[in-house]
Amino acid sequence: MDRRETLKTLLVGTVAGGAVLTGAAACKKEAEAVAETVEEIVEGGGYGRTPKEQAHDKKLQAETYFNAHEMATIAVLCDIILPADEVSGSATDAEVPAFVEFMVKDLPYHQLPLRGGLMWLDHEANRRFKTNFISSSDAQQIEIVEDIAYPPMNEKEEKERAPFAQGIKFFSRLRNLTLTGFYTTKMGIDDLGYVGNRPNIWDGVPDEVLQKHGLAYEEDWLAKCINQETRMEIAEWDADGNLLT
Amino acid sequence: MQIIEQPKVYDAVVIGSGAGGGMAAKRLSEQGLHVAIVEAGPFFDPKNPAQQTQMKWPWESPRRGASSVRAFGDFDMAYGGWEIEGEPYTQKDGSEFAWFRSRMLGGRTNHWGRISLRFGPKDFKRKSIDGLGDDWPISYEDVKPYYDKVDKLIGVFGSKENLPNEPDGFFLPPPKPRLHELYYIKGARKAGVPVIPSRLSILTKAISKDRGVCFYCKQCSRSCSVYADFSSGSCLIFPAQKAGNQIDLFVNAMAREIVVNDEGKATAVSYINKEDRKEYTIRGKVIVLAASACSSARILLNSKSKQHPNGLGNGSDLIGHYLHDSTGSSRMAFVPQLVDRARYNEDGVGGMHIYTPWWLDNKKLDFPRGYHIEIWGGMGMPSYGFGFNVNAMNKYLGLKVGGYGEQLKKDARKFYGAFMGVSGRGESVAMKDSYCEIDPNMVDEFGIPVLRFHYKWTDFERKQARHMHDTFEEIFHGMGAEILGDKPTKEQDYGLLAPGKIIHEVGTTRMGNNPKTSVTNKFNQLHEVDNVFVVDGGPFVSQADKNPTWTIMALAWRASDYIVEELKKMNI
Repeated sequence: MDRRETLKTLLVGTVAGGAVLTGAAACKKEAEAVAETVEEIVEGGGYGRTPKEQAHDKKLQAETYFNAHEMATIAVLCDIILPADEVSGSATDAEVPAFVEFMVKDLPYHQLPLRGGLMWLDHEANRRFKTNFISSSDAQQIEIVEDIAYPPMNEKEEKERAPFAQGIKFFSRLRNLTLTGFYTTKMGIDDLGYVGNRPNIWDGVPDEVLQKHGLAYEEDWLAKCINQETRMEIAEWDADGNLLT
Repeated sequence: MQIIEQPKVYDAVVIGSGAGGGMAAKRLSEQGLHVAIVEAGPFFDPKNPAQQTQMKWPWESPRRGASSVRAFGDFDMAYGGWEIEGEPYTQKDGSEFAWFRSRMLGGRTNHWGRISLRFGPKDFKRKSIDGLGDDWPISYEDVKPYYDKVDKLIGVFGSKENLPNEPDGFFLPPPKPRLHELYYIKGARKAGVPVIPSRLSILTKAISKDRGVCFYCKQCSRSCSVYADFSSGSCLIFPAQKAGNQIDLFVNAMAREIVVNDEGKATAVSYINKEDRKEYTIRGKVIVLAASACSSARILLNSKSKQHPNGLGNGSDLIGHYLHDSTGSSRMAFVPQLVDRARYNEDGVGGMHIYTPWWLDNKKLDFPRGYHIEIWGGMGMPSYGFGFNVNAMNKYLGLKVGGYGEQLKKDARKFYGAFMGVSGRGESVAMKDSYCEIDPNMVDEFGIPVLRFHYKWTDFERKQARHMHDTFEEIFHGMGAEILGDKPTKEQDYGLLAPGKIIHEVGTTRMGNNPKTSVTNKFNQLHEVDNVFVVDGGPFVSQADKNPTWTIMALAWRASDYIVEELKKMNI
């Protein structure tokens, strides 16, 4: 397969599902079944789901867990956790609240800690400011967040922050989900600078990076490695396994 | 219920389409045999865009690739996992054996690590060396020609190292190490631990016109759509079909048992068609089991007849016994030198570019057998879990952990790609008392009696795991890395993972010259039923610290040649 064909396969994709089965006359029915399944998945799936997986996704997506007030509170918190900066947008710009809603349905062990945590937060806001969290002023919200954003790192801190222990646990969980939700979007990945997941030819760590780290490839190690200029030449060996091409 | 008989009589019926089944189907069909493959899962071709997960982005999955549906995440190419709805297994005496199954054409070869290591001369003769377990009835010299053929057919990169028990092969050149791998080399050398280029069945260079060359996306676990890595479908079954050989695929066909005639010879495979839930039989002159070590044991044990009351070929009562998996334990570290690193595409191949083969002499150690070390890390594509405890490493830098706001984004950028991990994968000693058997009280949704596991690690494996962690720590210290997590304690089995977790389970139909102490002979043929062969990991006498796939394929090739010879001689 040459490079052009490789890229074509990758970028366009070819419907080979049924074709490879045609050699097996006895299995024509299976071939037809596969072809049908293929159409079915392509229509709604998009990331290689089996029909059963696709149905599972649809079912979860049709369910609702958080109510409107909970979703509004999550949105405020997500943007406190990840606001827009000069590099990228905010958590809500990256639709993180919707991701959190999906994840609690997908991994139900998140449900109780988040729902209960949101109530804890409203109670705390009511106690301090006689109103719920999202109706508090920005400064009041931050006052509470300051108390729950830093997990204790030693016994002394543990004692000091004991009144907020449940709030700290809740906030840590939401922070984790917010970050994972953000950095798995295009916006987050661009921010992070991940530049992979595309066809390329790996030819080692860039020289300037090696220099910065005070590292270098050893000559005898490099001698073993692929010379990328010969990658498309079909391999041939002598009888002792020495590569000739 | 009426059992429906397929009209055609095949020369060979192969049960399972993974490494062993694919190789047997290819080799037998190439020599003119009409072959049927019975596969429990659906058809799968990595090139099929509807099934493809390669080159997808995390946001294309609503769960961002979390492992709530597929055991290794949404993008992993295994239909199945440790638990499969409707297909349970049970445990005995507190065992915790984990049984991974992929129900799809190609089986587990679609997602495996592609680590393709030959067993060395010592690996076939362990009893002669340390007095434990048993020797294989064959030696490295018997298998070498087949390893050579597998290398050339499928393609594996590696380097000539002339190590005594890590035989060289016909290698494609390896890729250059990544940055964290260069740090590992530095740390390992300080600790006196050798490092060499890894050996993976990924095409860094063309080997034929029919398969693509690696384009370095690191996603072999998603199965390569241009066939640049080894999967049984893309490299064995499809090419054999394309060449015009007679292979009929029966997919979604769950094998139940092997049917015998009055003489006790196998005549057919009975299976349940998952789509219509009816039972069928498919007749064959030779039956080749390649359903995976435990599935093949299950089929044989369920194949009870007047002639074989204990299960087919089980006069020794050893089917299911000597089940053993690789040992495994891992550790992670934070590499301060990699903080705030420059960005570039370092995806590379799907797996490590370097590894540490076993390097010590057991005479100086308190455990038998060895382990190799696998290395992972780098600036990978984020998926679910990325960003959890994003700045926990600030504690090593004297900075605040947790928090909120713009600082968190700075922390995410700062720590991206600054972690790495190492995994020990070692050889356990095969024990008769570790086994799978038929649970008398349970059937699966197809009415087939299920397996029950009884598996105990011994101190051999625990001490090996302890040694792994000592080594890991020494290497990490040598790198100047901060080791994460505490060293696992004795109570935690020194971090030794539960059996089955490494997914190298073998040994359930072990080969030998003596029918009283083994199930198959040195050609993978049942001692008691000459037209039944087992070509998965079942016939392994011992595991080596090598991943079993390359040896499964070499032995499947060898057994297939033997089958053709025996058929020619009218011996079976």
